[in-house]
This record gives sequence, C-alpha cells and structure tokens, in this order.
Amino acid sequence: MSEVHGGTGDNPQQGEALIALRDVTTYFKTPRGLVRAVDGVSFTLDRGKTLGIVGESGCGKSVLSKSVMGLLPKRNVVRGGSITFEGREIGKAGPNELRELWGNQMAMVFQDPMTALNPVMRTGKQITESLRHNLGVTKEFANETALQLLTSVGIPEPERRLRQYPFEMSGGMRQRVMIAIALACGPKLLFADEPTTALDVTVQAQILDLLDAQQAERFMAMILVTHDLGVVAGRADDIMVMYAGQAVEKAPTRTLFAQMRHPYTEALLKSIPKLDQPSHMRLDAISGRPPDLVHPPSGCRFAARCPYAQERCRQEAPPLVVHDTPGHEYACWFPVGTPEGAEALAKNQAAAIAATPAGGH
Amino acid sequence: MAGSGNAHLRDPNTVLLRVENLVVEFPVGRSGLKVNAVTNISLDVKEGETLGLVGESGCGKSTTGKAIMQLPAPTGGKVLFDDKDLAALKGEDLRVMRPKLQMIFQDPISSLNPRRKVEDIIAEGLNIWKIGTEAEREAKVNELMDAVGLDPELQRGKRPHQFSGGQCQRISIARAVATDPKLIICDEPVSALDVSVQAQILNLLEEMKVRYGLTLIFIAHDLAVVKNVSDRVVVMYLGKMCEVGQPEQLYANPRHPYTAALLSAIPVPDPSIKPSERMTLGGEIPSPVSPPSGCRFRTRCPRAEAKCAEDEPQVREVAPEQFVACHFPLEPGESLTKSVEAFTA
Repeated sequence: MSEVHGGTGDNPQQGEALIALRDVTTYFKTPRGLVRAVDGVSFTLDRGKTLGIVGESGCGKSVLSKSVMGLLPKRNVVRGGSITFEGREIGKAGPNELRELWGNQMAMVFQDPMTALNPVMRTGKQITESLRHNLGVTKEFANETALQLLTSVGIPEPERRLRQYPFEMSGGMRQRVMIAIALACGPKLLFADEPTTALDVTVQAQILDLLDAQQAERFMAMILVTHDLGVVAGRADDIMVMYAGQAVEKAPTRTLFAQMRHPYTEALLKSIPKLDQPSHMRLDAISGRPPDLVHPPSGCRFAARCPYAQERCRQEAPPLVVHDTPGHEYACWFPVGTPEGAEALAKNQAAAIAATPAGGH
Repeated sequence: MAGSGNAHLRDPNTVLLRVENLVVEFPVGRSGLKVNAVTNISLDVKEGETLGLVGESGCGKSTTGKAIMQLPAPTGGKVLFDDKDLAALKGEDLRVMRPKLQMIFQDPISSLNPRRKVEDIIAEGLNIWKIGTEAEREAKVNELMDAVGLDPELQRGKRPHQFSGGQCQRISIARAVATDPKLIICDEPVSALDVSVQAQILNLLEEMKVRYGLTLIFIAHDLAVVKNVSDRVVVMYLGKMCEVGQPEQLYANPRHPYTAALLSAIPVPDPSIKPSERMTLGGEIPSPVSPPSGCRFRTRCPRAEAKCAEDEPQVREVAPEQFVACHFPLEPGESLTKSVEAFTA
C-alpha cells in the first residue's frame, strides 16, 4: 500500500517516493480576477502504485495533472508549491528540461482520443516520434518497437494500423494508440486523465484492464483522474477526492469506501444511481453548485452544500490532516460517522423541520 | 441478438405510442451503400410510463428517438400515436401533432438559442400555438420556471450563457413541458452533467412526470440511470433489439448475453469487487454499413454458434414480461463467465 502523506507532516520515506507534491497551487489570471483552480494540494506516490483523483468538473483535477506535467502556458498562470520527481524539483522546469521528462519519465493519456492524436500523421509516425527523439534509436528499431507496442495494447493487424491515420480507427482503437504512444519510452509515471470518459462501457472496461496490465508489467506509477468513483474503486491503491481546487479526503481505497469521513465524498457516492437500487428511487442529490473559484468562501468550501455544516464551517476552513486511521486524511470539522458529525446533522435536520411552515410538507 | 419481431408489444388500445418495425437508413455518399442505423425496431409506451432505451453509441437509440419525432421521418415502419401514423403524415397534419411530442436533448447548452432570453425560449411554443392570452402565457412561464427550480423574478431575463449546464437542462425541461405534451423523448438528458447535478435532474424529471402527467421515452447509455427512471427497458445493439423487460427482472436476470455483458462492464463503486473477476466483452461494435448476418451480436458473443450466423433470432417471451431475441439465451442466474472461458479456450 503506498502512503499518501499530508503536506505538513514529515515524511520518512521521502527519498523513496517517485513523485511528491507539496502545497501545489495553480491560479489563472482572468479579467474577473484570479481563479484558484488548484489551491494547495499535496500528495506523494510510490513506484508501481496507482492514485485515483476523483472530483466533478471544475474541481481542478485536470489542471492539477497538467500542472505536474508542465503543460500549462506560462502566460496568465501563477504557480506555487513544489513538485519533486525522484527527488528533483520539476515545478519550475523550463522547456528543455520538460522535453527530457516527457515520454521517458512521465507520460499522459488524454481524455478525448478523437482530438488528442494528430489527424494528418500516420499512427506509426506518432508512436515512433518520441522513440526517435528521446532514445535516439534507428528508424528500423523504432518501427519494430511500435509494432510490439501496438500488439501489446491489443490492436489486431498492427502492421496495417501503423500505416493508417487516426480517422480510420474507432474511439477505442485510438485510445489504445494513445496508450501505446504514452508507453513508448517506458515512463515511470503515467497520467491517465479521464481515459475512458469518451468511450462506451464495454470498451471502457477493456481499456481500464489494459492500463492495469501494462502498469503491473512495467512497474509504473499511475495517476488515474476521473469523475467516476466506480472507475477507481477496484483499480486505485489510494484515492484523493477533490472539491473546488482542494483535496478534501485522501485514503487507501478500501479505507475510503469502508469509512468515508468527508460529507462531500459521502454525497458524491450517494448521488450515483446504483444498479441494485429499485426503479424510481429518489436520488440524494447534492443541492446547489460549486463555489466561484475567484472568490472562494472563507470557511470550508463545501459548507454551502453540506448537510452537516455548522457556523464554524462557514468561518474557519478545516485543515487536511490525519485523524484516527493512519494514512486517512480529511478536511472536516464534523466528519461523517463520528459523534460530532451525527450531532451536527441532527441539529441541521431539526432546524430544517422547524423552518418548514406548519402543515406544509 | 439483435432480433426483430413484435412479441413484446402490448394491446394497441392500451398504449399511447406504438412503433412497429421502424427502419432508418442513411445513404453513404454516392457509393450506393447505406448505414443501417435502425432495423426493425418495435416498441410501445403506455400512458404515464417511462420507457428506457439503452445501448452503446451507434446502437441506434438516438436515431429511434428522432425517427419517432419525425426528425427526419423513418425509412420504413409505423409510428402510431393518437390513432395516427406519424410516419405517413405530412406538412400541416404533422405540424399540429408537434406540441404533443417534445424532446429534451443531450447537450443542454447548445440546444438553447444563445441570443434569446430564457422567458422567450420557454414561451416560444406557447407563442407559436397562441395558447392563452399574453398574461396567461407569462403566468405559465413563471409557473414552469418555478417548477424546474429557477427563480422567475431573477432569471427570466437572462440568456443561456449565464447558466450552468444543469440549469440549462432545467430550462430545456421547462420548454419541453410548456405546450402540455403527452410524450417527451429525453435523449441522453443527463450524460453531459456531473454526477451530483445528474441526480438533481433525474429527481426533477420524476417530479415533472407526476405533476404534468407525462409519458417519457428515456434514452441513455448508462444502465444505472435507466433503471432509476424506467418502468420498462429496451436494450439495443447495432440497430436491433436484444432484450425487453421490467428493469428489476432484466437487471437481476439478464437473459441476453449482451445485456449480461453490458451489466458486467459497469464499474461498481465498491473496492471489494475486483474488476478482473468481472467479464469483459472483447472486440468492438461492427460497422452498421455492413452488419453481420443473422444475429448482429454474434461476432462478439461468447455463446454464438453456426445457427446465429444464418437465422436472425426473433423476439420471444422467456419469462413473464421478459422478452429476448436470442437463439441461446442465458438461464436465470446463469453467468456468462463460463461461456467466456470456453470461448477463449
């Protein structure tokens, strides 16, 4: 089990971690003001482990992975905190240093396989490009490797596919090509940013199984970014739940599902319709919408939508710290499944009943 | 799979909409080839019922919805609604039917005119059909906005870009309900939304259904969402029907191998279920330009035999209220995993 550590605590295993983020912030300058897209996120990830980052659109999960990869433009972006990869600071890396990292050290599988590939370049060329550039191998060797890669990602007739353009392939095929490109130079860390969102369920299962198999074979670390708790449940070692630019809960997968503490994690899981529920069951929707990241609330960012919220939540932002179980961090004053949480919920429910006009139900 | 037949249709006198042997084909350029988007789909919906159409992309579920709306009219088949065959109507005769059938689209933002105010978008149907006086229309818009959870006072003058995706979908729902329709076709209404907003919209649709006495055809690729809203579910694959049944029964005991595979492919938010123990379907959907002979699912089906390539299976009743188009359906409780092992061995 890999350890997920807070940004504040000392980490005795710091030397072993593949990648460590400490208090990473990414702000965008806009005419409306500074958008705090990622606001103080920390985690560490060991080799061969998978971290699942879960959250809804706008929570900053994609911006976070782009920040780590160094894929954001220089202009109008304010970055802070530190990102260390194998003990080396890469948060401020320049274009040349990044070029060296991409492909060899870390690679990314993007969400939309329809647009992430170059439409006017044969797939073979797109795979061999990084091999030739990064490893300086011969054309013949690169072609041979591309063939092996396509075979290993499960593409039938790889010789023919190498000569084809992306438009000649289905979505699932293109996502396999994208995985082959990402794996080409043997990266130590793979970012998969919503790798299956654009695909059908039966193909989604194939692609996730493929990522799993390749990861085990190459002892590669993987960061799986998704909005679907179901996708990470069986596949990630650790899960980090993000809301409004911040991590609200981090825990090993089993711990998270067995004893989730943050009201947002609970609400997210409850709002998904489940196969074993009867039809026409009313879903527990989360009311309202996420806060404006230009002017985030001063207290807990989830307070306005939270059934547990008390006065303290609106005043004071809870820190993300380890509580009772080692490795399980959450940022909440009144956590789910604790006496304080139960009391806060009961208080709010009583207040809601009192606020309802008499006879009106 | 992938069968034809009408065994699952109910007494025509008890249903609101009855679609018989619907066929939709699109020409491929000037090649003379055609895309067989929908081939021989039959379905019916009773008043007050929600019919779920589920399948992967390319299975023809959206095309079916649009063909019922006559957008465009189907290549063949009948769409019986209100004692009239919509597919045979033209011009004004069809136009007068339009207010009774409405549609909610997948992408809430692009399906609203960005240059118009919300009140005008919602009132458009009312204005076209001159329903009520001006004051009555305004009252109706207020009532509808209130019903879908928007504040009429503050928000009626805003334009779509000032709303989030979930709010735009609420506007679409208000617009669809405005002309007092009998049937609303919801084409992937929650696919573009976040899970927390998705739950809000699904709850809202249930409320609106009760409040305005609606009948829904709910098209989606997410089986769990379809189960949540539906009274009857039709599973489709490559333009054909696989299985029809009540959701509880169909999900508990899928009889068609495709339904079973689809159910097994859904990621479950439970870490104790290892994905490797579930069964994954190999291959991808064949091209609808040259679909496989016989059963269209046979190229990916672990149970396929020679017969499946020759004869197209017909829809038949395998259990009360459960219909399947397959030569070799699963027994209740039987798992696909065994067949898959045999298939790959």
